[in-house]
Amino acid sequence: MSVWTRIVGWAVLIFGLLYFFLPLSGLFEFSLKARRGVYSFDAYREVFADPQFQATFTYSVVMALVTIVIGILIVVPTAFWVRLKMPWARPYVEFLTLLPLVIPAIVVVFGYIRLYNTASWLPLTGSIFGTNTLLAFGYTILALPYMYRAVDTGLRTIDVATLTEAAQILGAGWFTILRRVILPNVVPAVLSGAFLTFAIVIGEFTLAALLDRPAFGPYLQRIGANKAYEPFALSVIAFTITWACLALIQFVSRFSKAAPARH
Amino acid sequence: MSFLVLDNLQKCFGAVQVVKNFNMAIEKGEFVSFLGPSGCGKTTVLRMIAGFETPSGGTISIDGRDQSRLKTNQRNIGMVFQAYALFPNMNVFDNVAFGLKVAGTPRAAIEARVKEMLALIRLEHLADRYPYQMSGGQQQRVALARALAPKPQLLLLDEPLSALDAKIRISLREEIRQIQRQLGITTVFVTHDQEEALSISDRIVVMNAGRADQIGTPSEIYNRPATRFVASFVGTLNMLDATVVDPAEHTVRVGNQVITLKETLVGKTAGEPIVLALRPEAGSLQGSGDTTLKGDVLSSSFLGSVIRTKISVAGNPVSFDTFNAPDLTMPRPGETVDLRFSSGDLLVVRD
Repeated sequence: MSVWTRIVGWAVLIFGLLYFFLPLSGLFEFSLKARRGVYSFDAYREVFADPQFQATFTYSVVMALVTIVIGILIVVPTAFWVRLKMPWARPYVEFLTLLPLVIPAIVVVFGYIRLYNTASWLPLTGSIFGTNTLLAFGYTILALPYMYRAVDTGLRTIDVATLTEAAQILGAGWFTILRRVILPNVVPAVLSGAFLTFAIVIGEFTLAALLDRPAFGPYLQRIGANKAYEPFALSVIAFTITWACLALIQFVSRFSKAAPARH
Repeated sequence: MSFLVLDNLQKCFGAVQVVKNFNMAIEKGEFVSFLGPSGCGKTTVLRMIAGFETPSGGTISIDGRDQSRLKTNQRNIGMVFQAYALFPNMNVFDNVAFGLKVAGTPRAAIEARVKEMLALIRLEHLADRYPYQMSGGQQQRVALARALAPKPQLLLLDEPLSALDAKIRISLREEIRQIQRQLGITTVFVTHDQEEALSISDRIVVMNAGRADQIGTPSEIYNRPATRFVASFVGTLNMLDATVVDPAEHTVRVGNQVITLKETLVGKTAGEPIVLALRPEAGSLQGSGDTTLKGDVLSSSFLGSVIRTKISVAGNPVSFDTFNAPDLTMPRPGETVDLRFSSGDLLVVRD
């Protein structure tokens, strides 16, 4: 590599880092300016002391976990079955799972409200539990592209067909095969899908706002409209959480014990 | 009543019929190999026995019980796969214990049985290893132990040695045979390697294009191949084009040389073309033999313990092996030599 290409390489890297970090550092710097003249964590203290912050954040975390469980229960058996028995259906299923990226959340939620309102045959919006359920399923849809892709990629690393046959001939039924053989072998993939789901659900605004649930996304928006410094502190917190999730993905996939079936 | 009976078994994939009228009866404790080139249907038959494929026609019964209504996981069969197929998330102990756990065996019994199985394959010391920490040969031995642990009524081996290197392949096949004898378990072994099939089996089924061409003991298959396909697939065989001279006298002509066969030429007429086969180990230059064919030496190669010579007999290439001796002179290319053999070694090949 010549000196020139090396210089260009470094320049591009530095430009990219600046492009990424400058706005963030501006954001962070501003969030520290709640007290006039000096840097302080006043805005953060304010945020953490707000009972609404705790309530909405806890709500969103619980919703995220529920969404992850639903997502795993739907996606793992589906991806497994498509790989094993219906490989011809893979492009269609993939297309279907990509739809949430194309259809705006606002369209999805209006569809939900029309279908499941109190006058419908399944009045989910009539109760808090029903609305929460609806929201969790909505989140599952939003996370579907990431979850499906992650799991499908995970299944590619193992010989699904042969492992399934090996388990069958040893007497295992479908449930045992999924729980004891398939799922443990795609744990890193499922986890990476799960963390992406987590990051999406924590910041999601549209579904929660229109279904009127006390989630973190609408709270973030409300604070942003009414306060000066706190929204920036909140943004920094949200960023940190998301990055922590991504770091966790890296960590888990690096230290996972499962290895491919063949070498 | 035989233990495993395959009766008029058929299998079609769409319009392609891959198994045609396959009939076979296998006795309890027998070791049977399905031998054939890829695409001959041997694996399909095995997969139908396992329940992975549903026969298009015919029945499979084990110990008098029709298997057609049983799912794979209800058949109590052990199977070893070409790609090992050990569960990557489990260590050796848990892999071997899997079938027993699924069957709901008590913990203490599982532990005892797994220990017994690991002792059988001499890998007790690797119980905590994961599949990716072991060599191919070790993984395949674990796969064998896993298949045997739930005491299956039948053991299926689907080309278990093809992914291994030559040395391991030979030692493992001896080990498999020895364990099979020890347990007396009825075994079906699928392979495309004729040496493997000859060395390990009680009986061999040579399969060709979905049919069983010949079923017999290794020596029957090797020494008296029933069809041209069997003759050419099992071992290296020299084929000679000949014409019948006198069916009553058993005389045939190869080129312009007339020889007498031991085998009768029933149903042949004078002037009819036939194909003769000769094993490479049957001919020699110095040895005794009641029959001689002249030929021109094409090549001669020194392989250590044997010398392989290729000659041309009336346009038919014939290779034969002779044992090496220190005082032996190798035939030179272009030289005309006498190939001697016993007329009993010359086989008439039917199509």
